[in-house]
Amino acid sequence: MFEALTQKLEGIFKELRRRGKLTPADVDAVMREVRLALLEADVHYSVVKDFIARVRERAIGHEVSRALNPAQQVIKIVHEELIATLGEPERLNLSGLKPRVIMLVGLQGSGKTTAAAKLAAQLRSQGERVMLVAADPYRPAAIKQLQTLGERVGVPVFYEAGVKPPQLVARAYEQAQKGGITVLIIDTAGRSQLDEALMDELRAIIQKVTPNETLLVVDAMIGQEALNIASGFQQAIPLTGLMFTKMDGDARGGAAISIRAVTGVPIKYLGTGESLEALEAFDPRRLASRILGMGDVIGLIERA
Amino acid sequence: MIDLINKWKQGLERTRKATFGRLAAMLGVSEIDTDTWEDLEALLLQADLGVETSQQIIESLRQRVHQQGLTRTSELQQALKEELLKRLDEPPPINLEMHQPAVILIVGVNGSGKTTTIAKLAYWFKRQNKKVLLVAADTFRAAAVDQLQVWAERLDLPIVAGQPNADPGAVAYDGIQAALARKADVALVDTAGRLHTRYNLMEELKKVHRVVGKALPGAPHAVWLVLDATTGQNALQQARAFKDAVNVNGIILAKLDSSARGGMAFAIQRTLGIPILFVGLGEKPEDLEIFNPEAFVQGILEG
Ligand SMILES: Nc1nc2c(ncn2[C@@H]2O[C@H](COP(=O)(O)OP(=O)(O)OP(=O)(O)O)[C@@H](O)[C@H]2O)c(=O)[nH]1
Ligand SMILES: Nc1nc2c(ncn2[C@@H]2O[C@H](COP(=O)(O)OP(=O)(O)OP(=O)(O)O)[C@@H](O)[C@H]2O)c(=O)[nH]1
Ligand SMILES: [Mg+2]
Ligand SMILES: [Mg+2]
Repeated sequence: MFEALTQKLEGIFKELRRRGKLTPADVDAVMREVRLALLEADVHYSVVKDFIARVRERAIGHEVSRALNPAQQVIKIVHEELIATLGEPERLNLSGLKPRVIMLVGLQGSGKTTAAAKLAAQLRSQGERVMLVAADPYRPAAIKQLQTLGERVGVPVFYEAGVKPPQLVARAYEQAQKGGITVLIIDTAGRSQLDEALMDELRAIIQKVTPNETLLVVDAMIGQEALNIASGFQQAIPLTGLMFTKMDGDARGGAAISIRAVTGVPIKYLGTGESLEALEAFDPRRLASRILGMGDVIGLIERA
Repeated sequence: MIDLINKWKQGLERTRKATFGRLAAMLGVSEIDTDTWEDLEALLLQADLGVETSQQIIESLRQRVHQQGLTRTSELQQALKEELLKRLDEPPPINLEMHQPAVILIVGVNGSGKTTTIAKLAYWFKRQNKKVLLVAADTFRAAAVDQLQVWAERLDLPIVAGQPNADPGAVAYDGIQAALARKADVALVDTAGRLHTRYNLMEELKKVHRVVGKALPGAPHAVWLVLDATTGQNALQQARAFKDAVNVNGIILAKLDSSARGGMAFAIQRTLGIPILFVGLGEKPEDLEIFNPEAFVQGILEG
């Protein structure tokens, strides 16, 4: 698929002669391919539409650089805009009173429990005293899963049977305070943004312990609905960061653009594997190239 | 049939509430114009049908509008429904009676819903008075075995489970032996989630497939891929890779109770010809329905 796209673009490169300024025709020819590339990467329809309109505006009349032909020049602008939309990688906010609280939320199966253990391992290695809280009493063996992972990374897991998540989290917080824990990581149950009862539960947790970070964990393979899901979560609770998981696959991860563009919440991490070290800071440049799916072309442009 | 659609509709009710421009609102009662086509494209793309499928459908519709002289968007709506339905097969009957035990291997990427779907399938077969045995061959993911064990307990079913990190092929083999010894009607084999791009893990899955065949010639009698309905364009790559590796012959679309519409089913059906057998509509054992193209299309049109 990537090759096909590159070929098409090369065709366009050949057709377009080198001129002083980019004309609407130059830009439109390329933008048609860009639109397809973004839709195929699962960027949301409406986000693609806005994006194309914005970039078109910026590109027309732009001076063509000497090193690039007009088509390459348009792609360069597209790439830059994508990078700008994705924003700079942001770190966890670990300021304020200890223990600081990090809560992970998201749809069923998105990778929250795994992410909780990955974060615990990373923060522990940075010298924090970490405790995990198993606040998913619903999914069969979710507690055991977190306990197993906690053991693997050498971090204690707080759990009390029969206690509802908000109460459980409050008790974990108390114990963490007494025990000199510096970071508390809460693993919550998977839920739909439309499940009002479960969204209420998240609000109740937030009332007990104000998290420093509430991270929305999103599967990188997610399709168009990503946008509604993320806005649904954001409307219910204040999100502070995004994590895209399963980036080790071949999904292009266009949801990152949609969610970032619409919620404005920064991307903080990428999950790149099942192992507990597979946690990466995100690089907007690389992610933009991946979403655009024009590897060769981008390489060419960046070298020019 | 009507009942089934109603039940399905209830499952999708929450979805409907949260979505915006519905087809009726989008198309209204007005005349067909350029905006109509754009609205239609938006609807199809947002339901994850993908660019190619959406364009094909719109092209067919344009031809129909031309040939049949349709002018009202309400006529277009009916035509759209027909075009969508045309592209989905009725699920073939699940007919595994001739095998005893019938062995069903469940595969898919990480977190798609395999283990939960096994619980639902087990319940579904159990209600048909079949003797079901569960085989927990995901020895890799933390507490995956415990998860299936909880379901076995709740559903009161026998289970063969491996130790953590045991060879999944060996567990599957033991599972088939146990199914034979107990004269089970159906053995459902859970496997670890794996991304289709991981060569080693796909090889491991092929091995499990082979071992099952050694334990019982002709098995597995069905290999079903569990896809997460919220997945976008990647679903096609997943389906293709799992089909190539272990000859998937049925798809289960899990999490269709989410707000996503699962439109990738069209491209998968068209390109790979794998039928969609069931849909998952929740996290409880009873939340499984036979795939109903009519209800599925309704979900796309109404939200
Ligand atoms: N390949 C890959 N697999 C991942 C990644 N993150 C999580 N997984 C896997 O995805 C599956 C689901 O992960 P969980 O951490 O259980 O997801 P969850 O969000 O806690 O799920 P629920 O609690 O059921 O909502 C497991 O098989 C994980 O091993 C990742 O970055 N890459
Ligand atoms: N809403 C909803 N949730 C589902 C459905 N099917 C599964 N889930 C949830 O999705 C999450 C993952 O399901 P699992 O059955 O553990 O998925 P899996 O494919 O076995 O995951 P791995 O073994 O880690 O690859 C759990 O929280 C399930 O409760 C469904 O049809 N609807
Ligand atoms: Mg979990
Ligand atoms: Mg599983």
